[in-house]
Amino acid sequence: MSIKNLLAGTGIALALATGAFAQDPTTVGFVYVGPVGDGGWTYEHDQARQAVEAHFGDAVETVFVESVPEGPDAERVMTQMALQGADLIFTTSFGYMDATINVAERFPDVKFEHATGYKMADNVAIYNARFYEGRAIQGHIAGQMTESNIIGYIGSYPIPEVIQGINSAFIHAREVNPDVEFRVVWAYTWFDPAKEAEAATVLIEQGADVILQHTDSTAPQAAAQAAGNVVTFGQASDMAEFAPFPRVSSIIDDWAPYYIARTQAVIDGTWESTDTWDGIPEGMVSIGEITDAVPAEVKASAEAMIEAIRAGEYHPFTGPLNRQDGSVWLADGEVASDEDLLGMNFYLEGLTGEIPQ
Amino acid sequence: MIRLEKRTAPSRFWTYAAPLLAVVLTMVCGALLFAALGNDPFVTIRTIFWDPLFSEFSWYYRPQLLIKAAPLVLIAIGLSFGFRAGVWNIGAEGQYILGAICGAAVGLAFYPTESVFIFPLMIVAGALGGWAWAMIPGFLRVRFGTNEILVSLMLVYVAQNLLASMALGALRNPDASGFPGSRNLARYPSATSWINEGAGLHWGVVFAFIAVIFAYITLSRHIFGFHVRLSGQSPRAARFAGVNPGLLVLICMGISGALAGLAGLFEVAGPSGLISIDFNAGYGFTAIIVAFLGRLHPVGILLAAGLMALTYIGGEIAQSNLRLPAAAIQLLQGMLLFFLLAVDVLTHYRVRFTSRRVV
Repeated sequence: MSIKNLLAGTGIALALATGAFAQDPTTVGFVYVGPVGDGGWTYEHDQARQAVEAHFGDAVETVFVESVPEGPDAERVMTQMALQGADLIFTTSFGYMDATINVAERFPDVKFEHATGYKMADNVAIYNARFYEGRAIQGHIAGQMTESNIIGYIGSYPIPEVIQGINSAFIHAREVNPDVEFRVVWAYTWFDPAKEAEAATVLIEQGADVILQHTDSTAPQAAAQAAGNVVTFGQASDMAEFAPFPRVSSIIDDWAPYYIARTQAVIDGTWESTDTWDGIPEGMVSIGEITDAVPAEVKASAEAMIEAIRAGEYHPFTGPLNRQDGSVWLADGEVASDEDLLGMNFYLEGLTGEIPQ
Repeated sequence: MIRLEKRTAPSRFWTYAAPLLAVVLTMVCGALLFAALGNDPFVTIRTIFWDPLFSEFSWYYRPQLLIKAAPLVLIAIGLSFGFRAGVWNIGAEGQYILGAICGAAVGLAFYPTESVFIFPLMIVAGALGGWAWAMIPGFLRVRFGTNEILVSLMLVYVAQNLLASMALGALRNPDASGFPGSRNLARYPSATSWINEGAGLHWGVVFAFIAVIFAYITLSRHIFGFHVRLSGQSPRAARFAGVNPGLLVLICMGISGALAGLAGLFEVAGPSGLISIDFNAGYGFTAIIVAFLGRLHPVGILLAAGLMALTYIGGEIAQSNLRLPAAAIQLLQGMLLFFLLAVDVLTHYRVRFTSRRVV
């Protein structure tokens, strides 16, 4: 036996020995709806994944698959992750809901976390952020920034989460500017830069000088920049490369603390199926820097509103609020229940147009 | 100096060898690409082309190959008739959507009744839906001489909007509290296309094999197959042989539309389960690559669909195990078509190496 073989043999033996002693790392999988470089929604989830890796070091291994279509492909990707030994899988888009439930049924020992949905199981937890809190701030600033009094809104899908955002932004814009109007375009996509840019351009041509978006890419920001005098807000991520103008502020999703806590729970064996809906007070939603393009007094009042929400003194949906058809939704001083918000499928009074159905 | 000399007849050898060479070239260039991305090229190629078939978890991936390949086979077989005859139906994606909508609508109309007649009715509705959508460009071409490539492609976008409005309106699940999407047909026993979910077997897989046999017999043994081939090779000769060109266009469009519609129906009632806003996943477009990769031959299409399914499933494994970006897999699939078209030159031309002096 040559020295080389001997060394190799010892190496293998050593590896086997240490492998047996070292704890098997916990594997955490992530299924993304867009590419990790979308600059918005998926980018933030991937930042949080990296934070998990950094936090746990060698104790945790992460895997991810990007641009997974919502449907049977998602189910296969999740199954494959479970087969390859994932202990915890985050499925980060609404459309993965049924797929997550199906796969979770087949792998009772694997924990699943589905973002923004409503179906739970013993091994499926759900989590979401109160984006409407951030939308209130956006509406408050947007209502005072617009000169044409037309605010464009790029909706993704007409689901409660998106409708909450439109309503929240609208009532807070109306509060500071009674003449403001919203134009909503439905893109039917979470991530499609071409479609998003097209939607932004259409809205700008219709006279909108503020664009709010509920889609994941930075394409609307670029379209606004090209138009010159149109205000935007970063969505899901800071999108700071478009600051100080057109991007004057942003809603940032910070998933890292949640992902780290849930991974820790799996390691400790304390994981339970939970329903989490956190916002500005918990830090899951934060507001990106309000730039100097915003007048100082507007900035000050927006910051006061952030503080009020953080302190739990103000709920963006506080009555009196009527539905679009004029019927009463919330009486004076009444605060919306979570149940009402999670099933929200109506516009509030003053909004024009209809929710597609 | 290299010279290309046109062959009097396409080379029989290269007709079969070209797709294989294209696959080999794709693997080689793919390996170079993966190496440039910092992955081990051999491991990556093995993960994509070998692991789904023979790895530890192949018991799960093999059925998945059937699920992924079945709609591709169905659609590509339909397209191959038209492509052979010079009828270019590019809008199979739209016909796929319409088949799914019509089939699902029939199934949902009966919910929650259980009966053995529901699924056969859905199959008929799915085929009719796809057929009718394909008849629009077919009729417009025959009657007004419009270009069926443009019309069928444009109708895909119309179909997508129709799909969105169905998912949000008429077919929406009334129990889903404001969320879009229909009821799950896969969980409605009378309407599901699953035969055995664990084995990847649904009626679409069965129909795909039937379609291959049907197409093979029609194209090689039946006078209609002869007319189709003749029309593609020489429209004038076809006319002398008694082919009615208008009727041929309608039949070719009809077959491809109906098969695409069937593919949509089987998908919505099985693997996908429900009508959602973005139910379609591009099978109608991928099937065009499959049809050409399979040389418009039924058996070739079967093999090509298997290969495409392999790159999808292997690609996903490579993404999660090796951290390969999704775009690299798309590049690999694109290369496959690119090399196929490139080596096609060998089928129709002979390569001559000549010295400059001779010229």
